[in-house]
Amino acid sequence: MSTATANTTYNYKVVRQFAIMTVVWGIVGMTMGVLIAAQLVWPALNFDTAWFSFGRLRPLHTNAVIFAFGGCALFATSYYVVQRTCQTRLISDGLASFTFWGWQAVIVAAAITLPMGLTTTKEYAELEWPIDILIAVVWISYAIVFLGTVKNRKTSHIYVGNWFYMAFIITVAVLHIVNSISMPVTLWKSYSVYPGVVDAMVQWWYGHNAVGFFLTAGFLGMMYYFVPKQAERPIYSYRLSIVHFWALIATYMWAGGHHLHYSALPDWTQSVGMVMSLILLAPSWGGMINGMMTLSGAWHKLRTDPVLRFLVVSLSFYGMSTFEGPMMAIKTVNALSHNTDWTIGHVHAGALGWVAMISIGAVYHMIPKLFGKAQMYSVGLINTHFWLATIGTVLYICAMWVNGILQGLMWRAVNEDGTLTYSFVEALEASHPGYFVRFLGGVFFVTGMLLMAYNVWQTVRAGSTVAKAENPDPSAATA
Amino acid sequence: MSAFWSAWITVITLAVIIGCTWLLLATRKSETHKETTEATTGHEFDGIEELDNPLPRWWFQLFIGTVIFSLGYLALYPGLGNFKGLLGWTSANQWEEEVAHAEEVYKPVFAKYASLSIEELNQPGNEAGLKMGQRMFANNCSVCHGTGGQGAYGFPNLTDKDWLYGGEPQTIMMSIVNGRRGAMPAWGAVLGEDGVQDVTNYVLSISGNEHDAAAAERGQAQYNTLCAACHMPTGKGMAALGAPNLTDDTWLYGGKFEQIAHTIRAGRAGVMPAHKDLLSEDKIKLISAYVYSLSNN
Repeated sequence: MSTATANTTYNYKVVRQFAIMTVVWGIVGMTMGVLIAAQLVWPALNFDTAWFSFGRLRPLHTNAVIFAFGGCALFATSYYVVQRTCQTRLISDGLASFTFWGWQAVIVAAAITLPMGLTTTKEYAELEWPIDILIAVVWISYAIVFLGTVKNRKTSHIYVGNWFYMAFIITVAVLHIVNSISMPVTLWKSYSVYPGVVDAMVQWWYGHNAVGFFLTAGFLGMMYYFVPKQAERPIYSYRLSIVHFWALIATYMWAGGHHLHYSALPDWTQSVGMVMSLILLAPSWGGMINGMMTLSGAWHKLRTDPVLRFLVVSLSFYGMSTFEGPMMAIKTVNALSHNTDWTIGHVHAGALGWVAMISIGAVYHMIPKLFGKAQMYSVGLINTHFWLATIGTVLYICAMWVNGILQGLMWRAVNEDGTLTYSFVEALEASHPGYFVRFLGGVFFVTGMLLMAYNVWQTVRAGSTVAKAENPDPSAATA
Repeated sequence: MSAFWSAWITVITLAVIIGCTWLLLATRKSETHKETTEATTGHEFDGIEELDNPLPRWWFQLFIGTVIFSLGYLALYPGLGNFKGLLGWTSANQWEEEVAHAEEVYKPVFAKYASLSIEELNQPGNEAGLKMGQRMFANNCSVCHGTGGQGAYGFPNLTDKDWLYGGEPQTIMMSIVNGRRGAMPAWGAVLGEDGVQDVTNYVLSISGNEHDAAAAERGQAQYNTLCAACHMPTGKGMAALGAPNLTDDTWLYGGKFEQIAHTIRAGRAGVMPAHKDLLSEDKIKLISAYVYSLSNN
């Protein structure tokens, strides 16, 4: 099957580095999530220490899971996929290596500055301007490596997975740079150049497209390679790929306004944000259908292959959260869901169920190939990990659905004199059991990640290596 | 917005929707297979092939359905630049209608208490009115003053008999209607650090707390010059200015030595926001009656 690639030596070193760091940052970021979930159950856990408080650790959690864990997974898989599907080595080992060390520097800088309280206060873009500049430089280098490698391809067409990776890389560069433009005051303090409601709109144009292009398009690129590869089946429909790709990237751009429903944002902007979010439903589902239907004729493999199970269940969660998203963007639904835990549940259906699960599946697929092993050290542990991750995700999102709807209804309940029936603290008290279940779900998920780390470690250090036919020895690579 | 930007928004919005629809229809029209097939496009990438399957029918219908809904929505509601939408809906209109509706529904509920004074509301038989006051207090006041009105650091306790501006029914109501601004000036620069310590000792002495007698004596002279104008020579305070009584050992910003010293050195600025534009007079009266009841019933 891979005879076409036998004569090409790929740069697997950078892929191995990013793949290992995916696991490391996954554990760090998710542990941080469990910690702040615990703080919401037992508030004393902030130990009255400023840098250990929820407000500072929450952005550390989101940055660590999205940009450190998710980012490393995207770097690793995109470098792996682009080389294999274009049958050519990355155009520059030096620049690829720079993207690795540069990205790790960004993550470490975030881990230091956020607990210190240094923040721009823009959600998912909290890092201060010197780090923003480093991100921009690393990202442009990434674009040069990736696009240059696609240009050098030995195949006539560009594989659909690479369309999505390219859309993700180019758009994230634009989003990051435009949203982060600010006026520095000191080394660690800056002000956004955008005033008032414009700043809010730019922020959510960025914020929702971070979801759309970082967490959706990028991971769809991953899906388009690892699902057919692991299932050993052709992609279901090339035509569907075309329509859903273009429609997805065209409409996602507009959806950010739904984060600002019933705010000072002009009515027309809210309406456009809402209808574009609704139109987004079918293009989003196009990716799910293409992934799921690729398994037709191979469903029996799910019984024996836990890696494939990770990939398929991630697609189910993807389908579920991309249905939920457009529904929550409808203004009347949003009036109930906005500012409640429902939003957090929705995000985690995507983040745990889709992003994390597909990354985990992809890493399990790649690790043996990258390190020249026949398979992972223990398939049984992968299976255990699968169940821990699935149960953890279900616990998390169910708890947040219950809490979210409960909060939405309690906040809008009024007495016969028009006063609110419940004070805020009563809704908070009612949410307490849900917070505990959410914490439990997080513990399940992190436990699975620890098993993964052990499994990866045992695989990497195992002495028995298999024939390297499919995986040319990267240390000997000179091409 | 100008006609240019209005046209810009309209054209781009419609172009995205129509463009997606065109791509959908054109792709469907060019399908080479109308049923599920095993035929591939002929591409192959690292062993991955792509089937030439048609677009799933239900998915196609879903896509068209969302497009039709969206175009309908943009016809009815504001969205396309300056076009107001056929329904004439705006979020401001919706809010005004809801407020008018609420006024209509709740007015009779409050009208029952319109003729009663705050004292009368505290007489037996008007528990329902006080209950309403309590709920409105929970919604509007408890964030600072606590759910039971017990106060917090920097926010007065409303359940005791110690009032900054006076506890008469009308005074309480005025505090809510117009708000209050407590202004304790910073004396650090005038007194110097030694002077701050001395005055702190004097303040501790008149509230019956442990203090350095010699320092308190030195502090008394400075107190009489700088502090007595508001807090009065006796230290009993002045309600007209909201200057606290310093002799009762009740402290808004803490009664520890360093807390009092900080208050003298850096000053304090307490703000009770005015509620006259936020709540109707009927409502403020019921809240006042509830607050009055906390220390009088």
